[in-house]
Amino acid sequence: MNENARSPAIKLSHINKQFGAVQANKDVSLEVERGTIHGIVGENGAGKSTLMSILFGFYQADSGGIFINGEPRTITSPSEAIKAGIGMVHQHFMLVGNFTVLENVILGAEGAFILSHGIAAARKELERLARDHGLEVDPDKAIDELPVGLQQRVEILKALYRGADVLILDEPTGVLTPREADHLFDVLRQLKAEGKTVIFITHKLKEIMAITERVSVMRRGEMVATLDTTRTSPEELAELMVGRRVLLRVEKGACRPKQTVLDVINLTVKDADGVVRVDDVSFSVRAGEIVGIAGVVGNGQSELLEAITGIRQPVSGEILLNGKPLACDAAEARQRKLAHVPEDRHRFGVVTSFNASDNFILGYQDDKKYQRGPFLDRSAIVSDSARNMEAFDVRPKDPNLRLGLFSGGNQQKIVLGREIDRDPDLLIVGQPTRGVDIGAIEFIHRRLMAMRDKGKAILLVSVELDEIRSLADRVLVMFSGKIAGECPPETPEQRIGLMMAGAVA
Amino acid sequence: MSRSARELPVWVDAGLIPFLNLAAAFLVTGILILIIGESPVESVKIMLTGAFGYGEGVGYTLFYTTNFIFTGLAFAVALHAGLFNIGTEGQAYIGGLGVASVCLALGGFPMPIVILLAIIASALFGAAWAFLPAYLQAKRGSHIVITTIMFNFIAAALMVYLLVNVLSPAGSMQPETRTFDESARVPLMHDFLAGLGMVIARSPLNLSFFWALICAGLVQVLIWHTKLGYELRVLGANPEAAVYAGMKPDRLIVTAMLISGGLAGFMALNEVMGSQNRLVLEFTSGYGFVGIAVALMGRSRPVGIILAALLFGALYQGGADLAFEKPAITRQMIVIIQGLVILFAGALEHMFRPQITRIFARRNPQLRGA
Repeated sequence: MNENARSPAIKLSHINKQFGAVQANKDVSLEVERGTIHGIVGENGAGKSTLMSILFGFYQADSGGIFINGEPRTITSPSEAIKAGIGMVHQHFMLVGNFTVLENVILGAEGAFILSHGIAAARKELERLARDHGLEVDPDKAIDELPVGLQQRVEILKALYRGADVLILDEPTGVLTPREADHLFDVLRQLKAEGKTVIFITHKLKEIMAITERVSVMRRGEMVATLDTTRTSPEELAELMVGRRVLLRVEKGACRPKQTVLDVINLTVKDADGVVRVDDVSFSVRAGEIVGIAGVVGNGQSELLEAITGIRQPVSGEILLNGKPLACDAAEARQRKLAHVPEDRHRFGVVTSFNASDNFILGYQDDKKYQRGPFLDRSAIVSDSARNMEAFDVRPKDPNLRLGLFSGGNQQKIVLGREIDRDPDLLIVGQPTRGVDIGAIEFIHRRLMAMRDKGKAILLVSVELDEIRSLADRVLVMFSGKIAGECPPETPEQRIGLMMAGAVA
Repeated sequence: MSRSARELPVWVDAGLIPFLNLAAAFLVTGILILIIGESPVESVKIMLTGAFGYGEGVGYTLFYTTNFIFTGLAFAVALHAGLFNIGTEGQAYIGGLGVASVCLALGGFPMPIVILLAIIASALFGAAWAFLPAYLQAKRGSHIVITTIMFNFIAAALMVYLLVNVLSPAGSMQPETRTFDESARVPLMHDFLAGLGMVIARSPLNLSFFWALICAGLVQVLIWHTKLGYELRVLGANPEAAVYAGMKPDRLIVTAMLISGGLAGFMALNEVMGSQNRLVLEFTSGYGFVGIAVALMGRSRPVGIILAALLFGALYQGGADLAFEKPAITRQMIVIIQGLVILFAGALEHMFRPQITRIFARRNPQLRGA
């Protein structure tokens, strides 16, 4: 170890990568010391994933070199990366759902022509890995039967089974409850103690502070800094990521709730396959408060939002808006001053091939002020949308620009601007900052707070627990289609985390 | 980072790329003509002269163009709503039934009234034929491509039955109706212009041509300047956003298909009432299908459709002359040429796009990133 220990486990030097016209990586250099957990942070599109894909052989760099344990390597495919001792756990798991854990682990590394030989060997190896690293999973369970946290563990086992010394994890906590994330961190610390090297990609600064020793910050394809985690702060990292100072916490005044605006009574919603996704849920939202719904993705939040906003027909139950029943009709809901910023912006909220002004009237195409006789009043639409873009600081401020050409944050500002513009009584917001850069997050949070202070009712659904805790006045936790409990936002994160996992009510 | 949102200048998207597709089609055609021992240059000359070189040729070219404008517009309207209406052929065919019914029933009536009613009848019949596939798509999710193809066959069978058993005059062995009265015909262009003191060559070109241009204008206004057009485009571009925005997709699907079928039905005005003056078997002869290529090549925009329709009109007329002049180049060869243009302009539409995009991205740094 003595000789090699001096050279870093991974060294990338002067990597350049261009996609068509986009320079995804600009002269990026990175050194990762052996036996450390090294974080890489950056906003969406900063080039983190591209850099790791180059290391893992999905892409080849246009120029620059890769050194592993001090030796130059060319990696042209994932299988070469695996041979070089690099393993990757993707954000979206690469598992076959109806195969067992064991079958998934040996997938692509079956070892022998007769499958049972390989399986027997793999079973032994898997047992050893589980023993050595504390990574216990039942090898004969099908993947579909495992909770997400264990599926991720299988991904890690897959990498270790292939002899990985360096483990790359791409946004590994996005699908986990806080508790599962803590488990993952324990596993990573254990791996580190055994001399493995971990590269941890995330946009959550808290995780960087919690688990990494060193952290590299990327911005617009460039590596802007590599720091010792103990000598930096979330504020400094955020500033490096965005390139200017950002406020990470929202100023929150006292909450003065008034009359009830939204009443959801015994609502039950099934998905297209007939599975109950929202199970007899009741709650209300008052004017002047933000009610946050916390929960791990897929616990019924999406279906709940869709039912309230008239996109999905509930099976039973009632929804009252300002005391009167609301039918499942998105057009009627809008007329009755319910605004909706959808969870999945690209799926529901925008038409990316339309320009900004055409997107500005989406949902409000019936509005009288945009009609001129039988025609749409183009000039009214364009001038209204330009005014709104100005008010929401959308950049560039061009109503004729195709929506797909705006950044995620600016697209979200266009959607938010459109929905707030009609002065709604109730604003339903799903994942307001998903895929949005830190600078825009600050802006969006301030806007939501201002709405609430103006006496509007806001229902906020987010998988980012921090976001819920800093914005909401009351927190509802959803687990498996039910409201697992309600708590004030000051409740310790561990406790909310337990509720998200269905452990306590 | 994986965003491939890069914009091309309009002239490249709507001009250069179709031109390159066309050039590729003609290049392959030229090689084929060389192989069968004819001169490509001479062939091009004959085709161009045939299509544009003399009055009668121009008339025929514009006559075919009229058919293609109608069917191209029909396809484009449905496409804007995300519907691939393969059924324009059958809808035009049934539109012919509407035209013929009016013309046969109202023989002695004043011409403007007959024409007006025929316009309405052609649209109604064409739209009616599109209704059932549209309804099944909207309410049952039966795929419109499958149902409209099947409706083409049903239309063909129905028309054979009607023409043989119902519509052919007593004692006639021909599967066609009797010839319409003078007053139940769309005036031919040369007769119409002669009335205004202008002399042009005789051809089947008739006043339906103007109606086609008017329809192109109406479609332009409908798609880009009305709320309905906006809703159709949202539905076509992102159906879930349409639901989010409170639109009614099932109603929009049916509406789009009714408009599409109606436009297809208009084709019968040109063929049945303007030229043949009676309802005959298979008068649509594939114009509906070619309309798909016309719409794709014209980027589903009315101006583009008119230009693409003119191109196909010229191919039809010039091709006919070429087959006549050069016995080695048979009628089948002409179909191959038309097929190649459809292949390159329609099916292989994106063949040159990535390369062109790369070239322009390199030249214009403004297109870089977002």
